[in-house]
Amino acid sequence: MIDKRVPSLVAAVAGIESGMTVLCAGFGNVGEPIELIEALVGLGARELTIVSNNAGTGERGIALLIREGRVKKVICSYPRSSDPHVFEAVYRAGRIELELVPQGTLSERIRAGGAGIGGFFTRVSAGTRVGEGKESRMIDGALHVLEPPIKADVALLRAERGDRWGNLVYRKSARNFNPVMAMAGKLTVAQVHEVVELGTLDPEAIHTPGIFVDRIVRVEQPA
Amino acid sequence: MTPLTRRQMAWRAAQDIADGAYVNLGIGLPTLVSDYLPAGREIVVHSENGILGMGPAPAKGEEDKDLINAGKGLTTLLPGGAFFHHNDAFVMIRGGHLDLSIMGAFEVSAAGDLANWTTDDPLFAPGVGGAMDLAVGAKEVRALMEHTTKDGAPRLRKSCAYPLTAPRCVKRVYTNLAVIDITADGCVVREMVEGLDLAALQKLTEPPLTLANDFSPLRAPNV
Repeated sequence: MIDKRVPSLVAAVAGIESGMTVLCAGFGNVGEPIELIEALVGLGARELTIVSNNAGTGERGIALLIREGRVKKVICSYPRSSDPHVFEAVYRAGRIELELVPQGTLSERIRAGGAGIGGFFTRVSAGTRVGEGKESRMIDGALHVLEPPIKADVALLRAERGDRWGNLVYRKSARNFNPVMAMAGKLTVAQVHEVVELGTLDPEAIHTPGIFVDRIVRVEQPA
Repeated sequence: MTPLTRRQMAWRAAQDIADGAYVNLGIGLPTLVSDYLPAGREIVVHSENGILGMGPAPAKGEEDKDLINAGKGLTTLLPGGAFFHHNDAFVMIRGGHLDLSIMGAFEVSAAGDLANWTTDDPLFAPGVGGAMDLAVGAKEVRALMEHTTKDGAPRLRKSCAYPLTAPRCVKRVYTNLAVIDITADGCVVREMVEGLDLAALQKLTEPPLTLANDFSPLRAPNV
């Protein structure tokens, strides 16, 4: 029998250790698995590399993890999202590394990591400061740069509904990075608003098939 | 001579969007373009966080925290709209499926180089978001910017001083003074506000300007 449900946030993040690379879904705090991320604080994990579109909103989720000094490096496209004061303060103090990646390149690098692709060439960032130092090649008359895959130890997701096989459905624009990150974590954990009986989710409309998901935990009233 | 207001600039850019176009409107000033899409045209607005068919800001009481635009503001979905994940959103962008990207700019060069992601202000961490992907991937890129800086320095430059978002991508620039096409033959003024002549506009612009054969006055209603 397959049952990926776990009873608590503590059980959901068990085994996540210092020094790991953690994919955190979300665009700003929409689709961000805030409760799962905050469970890492209690776990004691330090020196984490966080991969996410932004670098924390307000005081919750990624922002809390940064404020608590648990994050060594952020890989993101836009650290100055809405209310980024926690990241800004730590960045100005020189206490955090930032790797800036164009948003579509970030998404595609994560996809490559999950898909077993050893990297890809893209025109994005070619001829700019962000593309400096990258291996390059002319393809169809245009300069392309080589981008490596991002593989992660952990992916943390937030979904609207899930079942015990780990099938997931997201809600509106909260889907964002969740499906692509689901594929790229060695350990993929989803917090879901609602757990439903197996067979309840419409198989024509499952966004993330359960094969990508290792654990689900119910968070009834997420932030 | 009366320069256009920011809202009039957005109105002017909106008038050139064709019926049936798929278009991405950048954060900041370009977001205002969605308020002035001409009636009678079906224009599908794309948002890089996974939305096609984005509508206006929600009416009071209709807000949904899971439905946001690229600037993290609350938005709505029009009938026929769709949600999808981040990777698909950037497949649409980089794969050449978007007809038009309207982007804000710090500077545009005579070659169509775009600089809009960082001013290298050491107080703020740089953020690129989806700008590089949009600049490279959309079928056409148009820039919307004030003609000069607050100090009166030209923003349309021989070459950009700020770091590039992408080289040679901008085809048309809308400013508060003029509509200018970036062509292989140079910068061609299609429209200019009344009371301004080419010599006066040239003083506020670095690269040489020529007047279009079908030049007309730049007029906008009081929006």
